[in-house]
Amino acid sequence: MLLSWAQAVGDLPTSIALRESLYVWPLLESAHVLTLMLFAGTAAMLDLRLLGVTFKGVPATEFTERLLPWTRVAFALMTLTGGLLLYANPVRYYFNLFFRLKLLLLVLAGLNIWWFHSRTNRSIGEWNTAARPPRAARMAAIVSLAAWTGVIVTGRMVAYNWFDCDLQPHSAFVNWAAGCIVPPVEPPQ
Amino acid sequence: MDLLAFAEWCESTGLGLVVRESVWLFPVIEAVHLLGLSLLGGAVLLVDLRLLGAGLVGTPAALLARQLRPWLTAAVVVMTATGVLLFLSEAVKCYYSQAFWVKIVTFPIAIAFTYAVRQRVAEAEDTTRGTAVLTAVASLTLWFVVAAAGRWIGFS
Repeated sequence: MLLSWAQAVGDLPTSIALRESLYVWPLLESAHVLTLMLFAGTAAMLDLRLLGVTFKGVPATEFTERLLPWTRVAFALMTLTGGLLLYANPVRYYFNLFFRLKLLLLVLAGLNIWWFHSRTNRSIGEWNTAARPPRAARMAAIVSLAAWTGVIVTGRMVAYNWFDCDLQPHSAFVNWAAGCIVPPVEPPQ
Repeated sequence: MDLLAFAEWCESTGLGLVVRESVWLFPVIEAVHLLGLSLLGGAVLLVDLRLLGAGLVGTPAALLARQLRPWLTAAVVVMTATGVLLFLSEAVKCYYSQAFWVKIVTFPIAIAFTYAVRQRVAEAEDTTRGTAVLTAVASLTLWFVVAAAGRWIGFS
């Protein structure tokens, strides 16, 4: 289902044009990477504050109320540029092991954000100026740092073809994880 | 010694060869370079935004600049160490890349400006609004050029 959808999108004239463009694709890719400075940079600083390792004199709400809007804008930009890059080559990314891992890590990061905002952040008034926020906040920061590190690393690895389906043989696990459609091996005569 | 010969020598060094001949070392070093970029982004942008009157406006710029300084230095160290390794493995390609030359010229300027000028402006008590904005714009422009040129090396 998802694959036939990816194939249909990949056959659209605008998708082909984007895929084959000489400058638009690298410009999109550059915008995607450069926005990382604003997105991951500001997100990491909030995490470091929640961990209590920096900005001990600065209230946590400074970060969640004044810096987080910038993180959100940067995330919107990253989603937009990332979405266009995906639109340009949906079938390649569908079968890309690192892209699949990246999506899983994005889900993990998203769940962590949801958990933090629906629970831990509610009591921020009680620990706003604490040099060392409560355990739940510190845990959220560690999961966030780990998940985004994973997203960045797997995102970079998407460009490499080590596990591409047309470069067999791979282990059965890799073929399963990347969704490769491998013809069954002929039994020896 | 001319620069092309120097680039060729770089590629023939032990480190250059190890990175070049490995399938996964270059991508892994690149990934660490990107993590360094993220940290650098935070350390640079928080202060620049503050100088522009945005972001953490409830916190004095001087405090931000002082607290972020070790993180800035850590990011610069990580980026330089990984950048040198990446360069050693493909020095000749870099020699012929215009983007590389743009980066290698603007990078030390950005470093010098950040530590010598921006840090002082942010930490000074009597900085005027005009000076603060001008400093932030200069810093943002410099780092944008360094990062964009850096990314463009990969496309050349």
